[in-house]
Amino acid sequence: MSDTPAQTVPFVRDTMLPPAPPPASQAGALRWLRENLLSGPLNIALTLLGIGAVWYLLQGIVPWLAHSVWSADNLTQCRQIITDRWGEGATGACWAVIRERWTQFLFGFYPQHLYWRPTLAFALLFVALAPVLFARVPKKLLWFSVAYPFVAFWLLWGGSLFLPLTVAAGFGLGWAAFALLHRFGTIPAVAAAVLLPVLWWLLFAGDLSRDLTGLVGREVPFWLEQVRSDKFGGFVLAITIGVAGIALSLPLGIMLALGRQSDMFLIKTLAVSFIEFIRGVPLITLLFTASLLLNYFLPPGTTFDIILRVIIMVTLFAAAYIAEVIRGGLAALPRGQYEAADALGLDYWKAQRLIILPQALKISIPGIVSTFIGMFKDTTLVVFVGLLDPLKGITDAVRASTDWKGIYWEPYIFVGAIFFIFNFAMSRYSMHLERRLKTDHRQE
Amino acid sequence: MKQSVFLGTLTAAGLAAGVASAATLDDVKARGELNCGVSTGLTGFSLPDANGNWTGFDVSFCRAVAAAVLGDGSKVKFVPTTGQTRFTALASGEVDVLARNSTWTFSRDTDLKLDFIGVNYYDGQGFMVRKDLGVTSAKELDGATVCIQTGTTTELNLADWFKINNLSYTPVAIETNAEGEQQYAAGACDAYTTDASGLASTRAAFADPENHIILPEIISKEPLGPATRHGDNEWTDIVRWTLNALIAAEEYGVTSANMDELAASSPNPEIRRLLGVEGDLGPMIRLDKGWAKRAIAVGGNYGEIFAATIGEATPIGLARGLNAQWTQGGLLYAPPFR
Repeated sequence: MSDTPAQTVPFVRDTMLPPAPPPASQAGALRWLRENLLSGPLNIALTLLGIGAVWYLLQGIVPWLAHSVWSADNLTQCRQIITDRWGEGATGACWAVIRERWTQFLFGFYPQHLYWRPTLAFALLFVALAPVLFARVPKKLLWFSVAYPFVAFWLLWGGSLFLPLTVAAGFGLGWAAFALLHRFGTIPAVAAAVLLPVLWWLLFAGDLSRDLTGLVGREVPFWLEQVRSDKFGGFVLAITIGVAGIALSLPLGIMLALGRQSDMFLIKTLAVSFIEFIRGVPLITLLFTASLLLNYFLPPGTTFDIILRVIIMVTLFAAAYIAEVIRGGLAALPRGQYEAADALGLDYWKAQRLIILPQALKISIPGIVSTFIGMFKDTTLVVFVGLLDPLKGITDAVRASTDWKGIYWEPYIFVGAIFFIFNFAMSRYSMHLERRLKTDHRQE
Repeated sequence: MKQSVFLGTLTAAGLAAGVASAATLDDVKARGELNCGVSTGLTGFSLPDANGNWTGFDVSFCRAVAAAVLGDGSKVKFVPTTGQTRFTALASGEVDVLARNSTWTFSRDTDLKLDFIGVNYYDGQGFMVRKDLGVTSAKELDGATVCIQTGTTTELNLADWFKINNLSYTPVAIETNAEGEQQYAAGACDAYTTDASGLASTRAAFADPENHIILPEIISKEPLGPATRHGDNEWTDIVRWTLNALIAAEEYGVTSANMDELAASSPNPEIRRLLGVEGDLGPMIRLDKGWAKRAIAVGGNYGEIFAATIGEATPIGLARGLNAQWTQGGLLYAPPFR
């Protein structure tokens, strides 16, 4: 026992104290500020510097945006309006140029009365993409996705309906040959599936299409007004090249990645040299080759559509990068997966289709989407081969008019904003896809 | 579909390879269209309007050639070319004529295997400075920062000129004209240098043109002219004499308005030969007699084209200067039509 003095009154609290709010300096925004922005002399200095930089930028940008002018006929008028409203020396954005020329940024020089065609093709793109992108959409729509490239081609370029139809018939022919000959072995089936359509396109498709067109005449359901490639520009051009490049480069990239992993010497060598060559040269080199060098090899008078040439080059370029991204995915799979597929007795293609690729592609999604986004932005490089891309081609053309000469930031901001919408959407979709396909139960 | 076009092209290529390559004139006639290489957008010289119709000084020349050869000034496909692709586009056959304000130089004419068919605009490099800089002559630009487009003849001229005059300068490299204007307007450089015609249109587009002056010195010769490929003299002759016809027409007072009247009544044999009423100059270049008349009818004679696209009545407001007829103290001098 202790000899605590008896006068010390023992105190035992029999109720809980109500929780007190933390001191003001330890809670809420103040604490966050102290901890994150003002925790030491260096951070205080950096914070002040940061505030200064933001303030400096906003000082320039906010009045400029606040003084926006939306309707004027030319830059001089724009400046006049800004001076009248906000006094001498005020600067402001002249969005009137976008208001007057936005159709050009979107459609290039596509004939105005036909704007509905690229618009419809763009809307149908989403219908075609829906069954591919989202699990909840009925799978029967996939038939439309298969038909979409032909529909889009016809809508964009016009001409006879029978050209895309006869070309599509070639693919149908190849598929039928494959289905019929499949029981006799893979190699004859694949050979027939490749050779028959090629023969069809070379020997019959052109004539048949011409004959059928001659038969029905240039009537509305079978004929759309033709639009030549030099009328394409702006986002119609960027999206046409981008979508075609994306759609074609993914399968090509998968084949290249598999080819690089192959045990067969010839296939492996071809795949490796293709990938390394394409990755070794800049895209602009390929575009120059497509637009200029190719003409030296082709006989004079040959016309070979420039947009088609660019699509081929962009596709090859993107495919090489996709192949490497997918190879990363393939390499990430444990060896056991390959052995398990062998143990099940699956042949090469079945093993790839059912076991290897679904897992490898899932791992590669962020990389694939990054490549796509990069490729879509790279479509603006076509300006160097004389196509009117939205960022520089159309902008320069607009600036060359005496009405808008001297305008600088507004077209860039407008085009940049549209690119951002597309790329941000792609990026968000890839995150959604990753979540949907997540089969492991890893803690995050 | 892509594949079919590709394969179809290869077949066509294979078939056509058997035939000896035809002359440009026959190609153009067979195609029914002239492929004309122009700038992707240069104020006054070549620019597409909101509907994609090309207009401008160089564009008018393309239309005149198309009218002379094909009989219709609208049968032109304008191929926009950049500074990097223009000569290759011509050499590879992508375009038949290049009318893209390109300077006629020795090496371009010989080494690049082009034929400059003449000069349609005499330009020269100048300087623009802000008035409050207090500079009145380019010789006072010692130590100045100069905005200069990279990869052009102007860049080389600038270096040469400062060296000759023993002055120093700091170049600010820019990529395009628009960027140069922006940098200059933002005060990134004291002086902006490019062709004088470009300076004039740039100055006109400023919010405060009165605060900028174009210095009197012209430091280089920039004879701008249309070009064709080496090795097809027949085609080169057609393009050359189309330009000469436009220039001669102005000299003789033949305009798009009075040409029919002159063709019927003018006693001047030179005019009569030009308009195809007399002699047969057209067949000598494998065209018909009315070729020059059609070329003039599209956009008028040289003077009319100049006035409509870049002349003093337009916002660009270029004076004729060196580009006046030789009879007016300029350099335009068309050889006789005989």
